[in-house]
Amino acid sequence: MRAAFADEIEKLAAEDNRIVLLSGDIGNRMFDTFKEKFPDCFYNCGVAEANMTGMAAGMALCGLRPVTYTITAFNTARVLEQIRLDVCLQNLPVIIVGVGGGLSYASLNATHHALEDIAFLRVLPNMTVICPGDAWEVRAALRAAFEIDGPVYIRMAKKNEPLVHSGMPDFSIGKGLIVKQGTDICFLNAGSLLPIAMDAADILLEKGISVQVISMHTVKPLDKTLLLDVFSKFSHVFTLEEHSILGGFGGSVAEWLSDQRGLRARLTRIGTQDKFMTEAGKQDHAREFFGISKERIVERVVQKL
Amino acid sequence: MKGLKKSDNLEHTARHIRGELVKISNKANTPHLGSSLSCVEILVAAYWGVLNIDPQKPDAPDRDRLIFSKGHAATTLYLTLNMKGLMSNETLATYAKPGGILPEHPIYRSAPGIEATSGSLGHGLPLGLGIAVAARIHKIDYRVYVVMSDGECNEGSVWEAAMLAPAQGLENLAVIVDCNQWQATGRSKDITGISSLKGKFEAFGWSSCDIDGHDVNALVEVLQKVPDGSGKPVAVIAHTIKGKGVSFMEDDNNWHYRIPNEEEVKKALTEMGLL
Repeated sequence: MRAAFADEIEKLAAEDNRIVLLSGDIGNRMFDTFKEKFPDCFYNCGVAEANMTGMAAGMALCGLRPVTYTITAFNTARVLEQIRLDVCLQNLPVIIVGVGGGLSYASLNATHHALEDIAFLRVLPNMTVICPGDAWEVRAALRAAFEIDGPVYIRMAKKNEPLVHSGMPDFSIGKGLIVKQGTDICFLNAGSLLPIAMDAADILLEKGISVQVISMHTVKPLDKTLLLDVFSKFSHVFTLEEHSILGGFGGSVAEWLSDQRGLRARLTRIGTQDKFMTEAGKQDHAREFFGISKERIVERVVQKL
Repeated sequence: MKGLKKSDNLEHTARHIRGELVKISNKANTPHLGSSLSCVEILVAAYWGVLNIDPQKPDAPDRDRLIFSKGHAATTLYLTLNMKGLMSNETLATYAKPGGILPEHPIYRSAPGIEATSGSLGHGLPLGLGIAVAARIHKIDYRVYVVMSDGECNEGSVWEAAMLAPAQGLENLAVIVDCNQWQATGRSKDITGISSLKGKFEAFGWSSCDIDGHDVNALVEVLQKVPDGSGKPVAVIAHTIKGKGVSFMEDDNNWHYRIPNEEEVKKALTEMGLL
């Protein structure tokens, strides 16, 4: 996803001279051509994320369209107050991009895991929260984010994730995308588990369970029209996310559901549990650890039905 | 607006603001009077002697910016903006009233001239840094002044920004530290052990000076010299007295939270020759 981001931001900067890119000393070589083409629009702010976020807000006060970019954990939890006060309270168009959302940096230790960031950011007034499901959705989300005159958080994975879309999707913030038709149950996926959700749906089809997969790339605002539709149509809806089941996408759907009456579907939230992973292991291992690999998801679904 | 006014006029303005500060604290029942009194000359010098701001065009892109980072002293900012014609008497009268637009810490654009929201310390300098960079990107020749407290310099974000500003060569950026040597619960030097803010800023690559923060002319002179030709951002350490101007409040940290009663207001105004 990060390569798609680097490529797309470069294209966008060529179209809009208000765009400035701020990096927290990350993205080695990735922004070389951006820097070459737009030397006045790239700032390596050093390992100082609080200042980077406040600085971006200051730029936005002057009509610029800043994008802050660093590792998800450091661009969210570490600078939550700067996001809350400098960006959200002043309602400024700053785009906060987290690279390595979820367990993308699993092997680096829980310091680099981002499993609570959606929960932190979605409760902030004025904030839009987008979790693209593949590199195409990253490109589309970034373009759409610049159309919003307020704070946006884009939560990316890292690199070489499988593509789900074959080209730029028909993307609107706050509108889920049906990426696989199905008739028995529904997967509502937010973010980086989208390829896993697709694989799990294929396995379940072999077992005679037809799964509709929807990319709910926007966690805030929720696509309530689509939610009403799927909770009326299906018997069971599963939310999927590489994030804690507490307070994240599944949590927000559960909040919405608690206000509804008479809907057909049951809800099961699939995500990480309320614990840290302190053992070694790469992303595949971490997904097994938290029960969000495709095999564990299939098991969970079969068990629930 | 550039250019020195007669110093007696500015001192009169400062005295008038002090009197209003004491009254407003009593009337609205709001604290932080000591902190508000210590930064009066800083704002008077900036608004009357330095800042290029046209009250008729408070959003002009080329205006100088003052980011008031020590938001707990908001009444000094509000009264200054009022006296400069940026805030009406009617608006000022709503201060701290339920449903009003002027809370005890400033909110961005709640009134013309309020350039940023503040209240949580350590936010103003990063914001000011971004605004100073924007001037360069937009090729506009304005200056950015950030007013901070010495207690605020406890915050790590101040020093994150202090590191980056010289690296970016932001000579259009200045901080003015209202160094009254007190923070909420004690002497600043006893809490963090910072002995010389000038030395700290210089070590971070700033051009820095110590100054009497109640000497309006000296403040005007040094603040007008931004950029100062060194290619560096400027840190003015303005040595002040918390509670300045009221004998029984000066250097008494109880007035961080205490609110004057009617009798104390009269006594203060009498002392200042305002009654």
